[in-house]
Amino acid sequence: MARVLLFGRLRDVAGWRERPLDPAPATLAALKALIGADNPALAAALEAPGVQAAVNLILVRGDCALTAGAEVAFMPTMSGG
Amino acid sequence: MIVLTDQAFDAGAELTRFSQGRGESGAVVSFLGLARGEAGQAVALDLEAYPGFTEGEIGAIAAVATSRFCLHDVLILHRTGPIAAGEAIVLVMTAAAHRREAFEGCDFLMDYLKSRAPFWKKEYGPAGAAWVEPTGRDLADAGRWDQGARRPS
Repeated sequence: MARVLLFGRLRDVAGWRERPLDPAPATLAALKALIGADNPALAAALEAPGVQAAVNLILVRGDCALTAGAEVAFMPTMSGG
Repeated sequence: MIVLTDQAFDAGAELTRFSQGRGESGAVVSFLGLARGEAGQAVALDLEAYPGFTEGEIGAIAAVATSRFCLHDVLILHRTGPIAAGEAIVLVMTAAAHRREAFEGCDFLMDYLKSRAPFWKKEYGPAGAAWVEPTGRDLADAGRWDQGARRPS
């Protein structure tokens, strides 16, 4: 299983904040395609400039393999405090 | 120390605690940031963090500030969740041997926090809610520290 977290405006676009995916997709790209498949607005928002992904609290650039239990977060441009 | 809290905090008590027992620090600088009302246009904020990740990213910058400005200690206390206009959002304190390092370390940390820290801010006003991103001024302020020099030019 993988756990997906959305932050900021991505949560508003998706209509959810957290979602389990079982089984865990093999890669970050596959996971992104899966959560965007039933929500074109979310699929587009995930490709917006400034959106970053973290896997198990580490920022990831490009694609990466996911292991079972992975926590994947998608974060839009950070607003600062 | 990096602390995120959804509770109001007592900045005076934090300053007293932070300043205690510092035989070698000649300077403690504190900055308290408040939620601005924007003349009624911003009634409240909702500040979202990613627990674990947000503290980690801020901690990494605090480590950079500590070595760059020879700081003895850093405290960053940051609110999350709903915050009303006039309430404190952030408290940054730095301790150093001399005031210049403490001032600059605090300034550097605030510029980072305002422009690049992993928070997502929603502002509620009479016209509804809107996500807020760093202003040009926030980005320019943060850019002052990218020159490589210890002090901005």
